[in-house]
Amino acid sequence: MSAVILAEFSDGKVSKTTAELATLAARTGDVTAVVLGNSQMAAQILAGPIKKVIAVDNADVLAYGVAAAVDALAAVIAQESPKVLLIASSAFGKELAGRLAVRTNSGLITDAVDVAADATATQLVFGGSTTVHSKVSHGISIITVRPNSVDPDLTPATPEVSTLTSPTSATSQLAKITSTQAPVKGGRPELTEAQIVVSGGRGTNGDFTPVETFADLLGGAVGASRAATDAGWYPHSMQVGQTGKTVSPQLYVACGISGAIQHRAGMQTSKVIVAINKDPEAPIFEVADFGVVGDLFAVLPQASEGIKARKS
Amino acid sequence: MKIAVCVKQVPDSWAEKKMNSGRLDREGVDAVLNDLDEYAVEEALRIAEAHGGNEEGSSNTVTLISMGPERAAEAIRKALSMGANNAILISDVALAGADALTTSEVLASVIKAEAFDLVICGTESTDARMSVVPAMLAERLSWAQLTFAGSVKVNPDAKSVEITRVTESGVDTITAQFPAVISVIEKINEPRYPSFKGIMAAKKKSIETRSAAGLAANISAWSDVVDATPRPARGAGIKVEDGGTGGDALITYLAEKKLV
Repeated sequence: MSAVILAEFSDGKVSKTTAELATLAARTGDVTAVVLGNSQMAAQILAGPIKKVIAVDNADVLAYGVAAAVDALAAVIAQESPKVLLIASSAFGKELAGRLAVRTNSGLITDAVDVAADATATQLVFGGSTTVHSKVSHGISIITVRPNSVDPDLTPATPEVSTLTSPTSATSQLAKITSTQAPVKGGRPELTEAQIVVSGGRGTNGDFTPVETFADLLGGAVGASRAATDAGWYPHSMQVGQTGKTVSPQLYVACGISGAIQHRAGMQTSKVIVAINKDPEAPIFEVADFGVVGDLFAVLPQASEGIKARKS
Repeated sequence: MKIAVCVKQVPDSWAEKKMNSGRLDREGVDAVLNDLDEYAVEEALRIAEAHGGNEEGSSNTVTLISMGPERAAEAIRKALSMGANNAILISDVALAGADALTTSEVLASVIKAEAFDLVICGTESTDARMSVVPAMLAERLSWAQLTFAGSVKVNPDAKSVEITRVTESGVDTITAQFPAVISVIEKINEPRYPSFKGIMAAKKKSIETRSAAGLAANISAWSDVVDATPRPARGAGIKVEDGGTGGDALITYLAEKKLV
């Protein structure tokens, strides 16, 4: 069997999600990584169980988005005839996977957290309350995988690198990207890939300073509840929950977040959950491994000082 | 403009969801209009209202398209009471348990038969949460894909539409000519509450129910659920009162867990 993965890049650098996808794909067969980009980007693939790298120029993806990426991946699929295709779960990744499933008459499974040797995928559904195993029954097993789902095998890779030129069809040029603005991350890790996420909610009253300070000391990402993004206190792209991002870090710290079911749906598969809330009855405490009933403006600064003291 | 809005009836997102024989158990759970679809209905109405409205005799119509059991008509009625003109419900036992591939094929076959300028969707349904149907529709229809829109600007005379796409990868401005598939994020607008007049008017609006027969859609299962098991509920752990040392207690806990 052969498997294809779509390599992930963040700020022009290969992201660890690439090795995670390769680790899962290698269970099913020899792995070919596709790089939507130039040979310099392809040359960054140095870790993970990857046998081949195929670079497909991304100028059209930058100009036309998902539709052009579908054409590029379809060309790779036509050349490699994989049995399995793994793509990271993101807005772009899921749309790409969905269109490829249509184009190649294949089944699709999204948001997997594990993939077995026979391409059976594990999903955690209904806010993490149910484990589902499923298997594609037609065509290529196209599976999108959540970042952080597996410890990546980081063995050095010396893949054979080739390039593929694939024309973008007229249909895939119907939507034109006229400008692009990169997300403001403030040097913090990607929310869905971060090992530690510190989130703020209504209890911050719009002041995320203690949340950000604590996150930065831990090297974590900052998230927000829907109440906080609805109030305009934090960008929509940082929302954790049912209608936002699903995160599964080693540590999730919920600050001033009551923990409505919609929020819990986006974070309750985190390994360790910590909650800080003034209200002892807040539902977030029902899922917290460690809860502090108190004011985040007192607890977080003290905790931040504690980390500084440990570091010095 | 002829605008279609794809809507879905889903279990109330506050309800506890369970699996039954590999499918979401939809019996005995309150069913509602997918809240993310309300933003799509609202945006369609706003686009129509900005260009002459969608009252009878105007040049715009907003048609709802839905696939689901017959009782999905209740959710459709809510979207009609917001102000959509009419609705098509594809309802067939053969479609029970259909996944995104079949759903998109059924919706696309209905859309193809009518000359819509724009199809507007929510970004995802709150039950399956795959977020792929709008993109699949664009693929099946060979239309422009304008998804995850945080804003939509339509120029009916030029038959053009521009959106800002808001995702974790940043903000893109994207333009296309009609016809196009749009999905809207929930930051785009504040959906209106149906007025009393709207609710009364919706009772007279038509919901055309169709079976899957006659649709150019290949209904089949694309993946199989091997098993589904409830996970043990996450129990509450340690809870301490902040008596002035809550932050220190937190760091001690994190240190024990080797997280700092």
